[in-house]
Amino acid sequence: MSASSITPHLLLEDIVVGSLLPELTKEVEPVTVVLGAMASRDWRPQHHDYKFATENNGLENIIMNTPNLAAWFERYLTDWTGPKGRLGRIKFRMKDSIYPGEIMRFLGTVESVEPAQDAKSRVGWVAVSTELHSGEKLCVSCEARIAIPASPDANPWSLRGEDWRP
Amino acid sequence: MGEQRMESAEDLPEVVRSWIGEERYVEKTEFPIEMGYVLTTLSATQNANALYWDEAVAQELTGGPITLPTMASVWFRPHDWSPGRTKPAVALQLHFDLKDELGLPEAVMSDNTMVFGEPIRPGDELTTTQILYSVSARKTTKLGTGRFWDFGVRMVNQKGELCAEERYTGFGYNRDTPAASITMKSQEVK
Repeated sequence: MSASSITPHLLLEDIVVGSLLPELTKEVEPVTVVLGAMASRDWRPQHHDYKFATENNGLENIIMNTPNLAAWFERYLTDWTGPKGRLGRIKFRMKDSIYPGEIMRFLGTVESVEPAQDAKSRVGWVAVSTELHSGEKLCVSCEARIAIPASPDANPWSLRGEDWRP
Repeated sequence: MGEQRMESAEDLPEVVRSWIGEERYVEKTEFPIEMGYVLTTLSATQNANALYWDEAVAQELTGGPITLPTMASVWFRPHDWSPGRTKPAVALQLHFDLKDELGLPEAVMSDNTMVFGEPIRPGDELTTTQILYSVSARKTTKLGTGRFWDFGVRMVNQKGELCAEERYTGFGYNRDTPAASITMKSQEVK
């Protein structure tokens, strides 16, 4: 597989300010919470122990942990960009908890597009605001800055040192 | 990778003031970076990104396998148990030091920013450094009365290249009323 044949293959010219990212939904099961917590080496009991979560923390159930939610946001964003999309930074704010039995719903909007500044690298930047909802709850808001190729043969992952400006 | 920083309060204990800007808890990660956790994270999030599943794509884009950028914090979380440890180790020890020194037993994290640099690769050995940037004056929120603090964790690889920086805003507080525990449902209650 060559880089130009990697799909999806989002280019900067395909992105319009104000456009919406495809919605992603996922039903949360207990294993979604526990597997994500273990994958992120988060051993805190509110992510696997129902009794602790409900009786000690006053929660409704075990809850999704933050590092795993960050990985879910990364998945949501790179589903859109394809493998060449390279995260520069994300900033997120927790607002409410997510429990088994709920349905996570990821939404995103393109906030800005910065054209490639360097004719050699041909990589631009996109700012995206995303939200994670569960039913009527807004659970997490997340702002991301992502490097995107401006031409089919450009590769954001090749940027290093001072050329990488996240 | 700089961020705007708030001014620190004048009435801080001297020891806390001495921590501001100081590099603390310079530590190596407990094991070399490996792909097992990466694959488990991909499975947990049903992430089919070919960069992580297809060796040819990884070779072409990143010169070989890399880990998910958002996993940066995974590598500096301690084992739940290890030989000789007499009490549980915690990540972000600086955060707990602040709670203790300022007498603020409850805390939440309100914001978390991750800035990504050189990709983290299997076999890398990372060094993490915790840095306190600022501590606010006393403030009262719906949770209680306490202080906000900005701190970060910088991760460099064995070549000294900056791989990631995580920035956190924490709020340590004393509960003013029992109802406060019901108001805050975030999982970030420590």
